[in-house]
Parts: sequence; C-alpha cells; structure tokens
Amino acid sequence: MDVLYFAWVRERIGLPRETVESNAETVADLVKELRAREERYEMAFSDLSALRVAVDQQLSDFDAPLKNVQEIAFFPPMTGG
Amino acid sequence: MRVSVQDAPFVLGDEITAFAAGHKDMGAIVTFTGVVRDLPGDPLQAMEIEHYPGMTEAALTEMAETASKRFSLGDVLIIHRYGRLAPREMIMMVATAARHRKDAFEAAEFLMDYLKSRAPFWKREVTGSGADWVASRDEDEAALDRW
Repeated sequence: MDVLYFAWVRERIGLPRETVESNAETVADLVKELRAREERYEMAFSDLSALRVAVDQQLSDFDAPLKNVQEIAFFPPMTGG
Repeated sequence: MRVSVQDAPFVLGDEITAFAAGHKDMGAIVTFTGVVRDLPGDPLQAMEIEHYPGMTEAALTEMAETASKRFSLGDVLIIHRYGRLAPREMIMMVATAARHRKDAFEAAEFLMDYLKSRAPFWKREVTGSGADWVASRDEDEAALDRW
C-alpha cells in the first residue's frame, strides 16, 4: 500500500510518500511496524493524539481495518481556511 | 456548484460578480474571504500552504453538497489556494447563494467551520526567525458541535 505523509509528519520522516509491504490488520498495527523501523518514524509517531489519519482519502481512525486498502495518509490536525 | 483548489491568485470582485450573475431567483449572496495576516512582533514573510491532492477536492465537494441540501442553497463556490502566499494575499473564499439571507449566512458559516478542521490543508508561517506549522485550535474543533 502507499503511505503518505504531510506537513511536519513528512518533515520528520523525510519522505512525502512510500510503498509499504505489510500484513498489518489495522492502522494502529501499521503504526507499530513503522515505529519499530527507525528513529525518525518513532519521532513522527510518538504522540498519536497529535496525528490524524486518512484511509483511501477518507478521514478515519487508528482502529480502522486495512483489508483492501490502497492508500493511507498521516498528518497533523488540519489548518485550512 | 464549483470547487477550485489552485496555486494561482483569484480576483475576489470578479468571482463574486460572476457567481451572483448566474442566478435570477436567488435573493441572497453571502461571501467569506480568508486573508494572510501579518504577525505582531515577528513580521511574516510568507505563508506556505500544503494540501492533499485528490482528497482535498473530494472533501470540499462533499462539504458543498452537504451544505446545499441542508440549507436549500441555489449555488456554492469554494476557492482555496495552496503554495507560498505573501502577507495580505487572499487564501480562500466561499460564496453561497440562497433565496433568503438566513440560509446563505448559515451555510457560509457551516462551510467555514468544516473547512477549517476537515479539509486537508496545513499552513506554515515563515518569519525572519524561522518557519513554524500553524497549530490547530481547540475552538475550531469545538465549532463543529453546533452543526
């Protein structure tokens, strides 16, 4: 699946997007796998209350299942307008 | 109904004139415009706006459709810019057309409340001392409760 990062999440991880091979069942499981990878992921995901997630471009939550999902995005709370 | 996510500036007067001209049976047009404001103390050099291409357009379109039904609107226009903006540049606008003003005012507020915390935009303020992502405000999230 494609994993996208925006705003300071993108800056901390150092990438706008990447393809991730994972059997994670939920968004939270995927986050756990990413955090275990490297320090920069650990830094980006250290406080989940400061993060929002979109699953296939719909706002979602960390309990959401990942079956058949193609695109996940992580970002801080939005500040439009 | 029109939603535009663009890096180019827009001319507010032209947009409102064109929007209003399209409707014979709408007695009320309400518009809101968001402008890059300067910061006291540490002058703002630029505001950078990032967004999520694809999701942004879909989210704004869904908000416009929801508002149209809920407030019996005749039409909606949403323009939101991204990229690097200078102080006093216009960031975004919404316009609503309805038969009577109450629906047009309420729909514009509804759209702005949702757009602030549900459309995937992120702002960063660039000053002489560095660049900082703008933090979301609790009252913006709380503003959704009244709808």
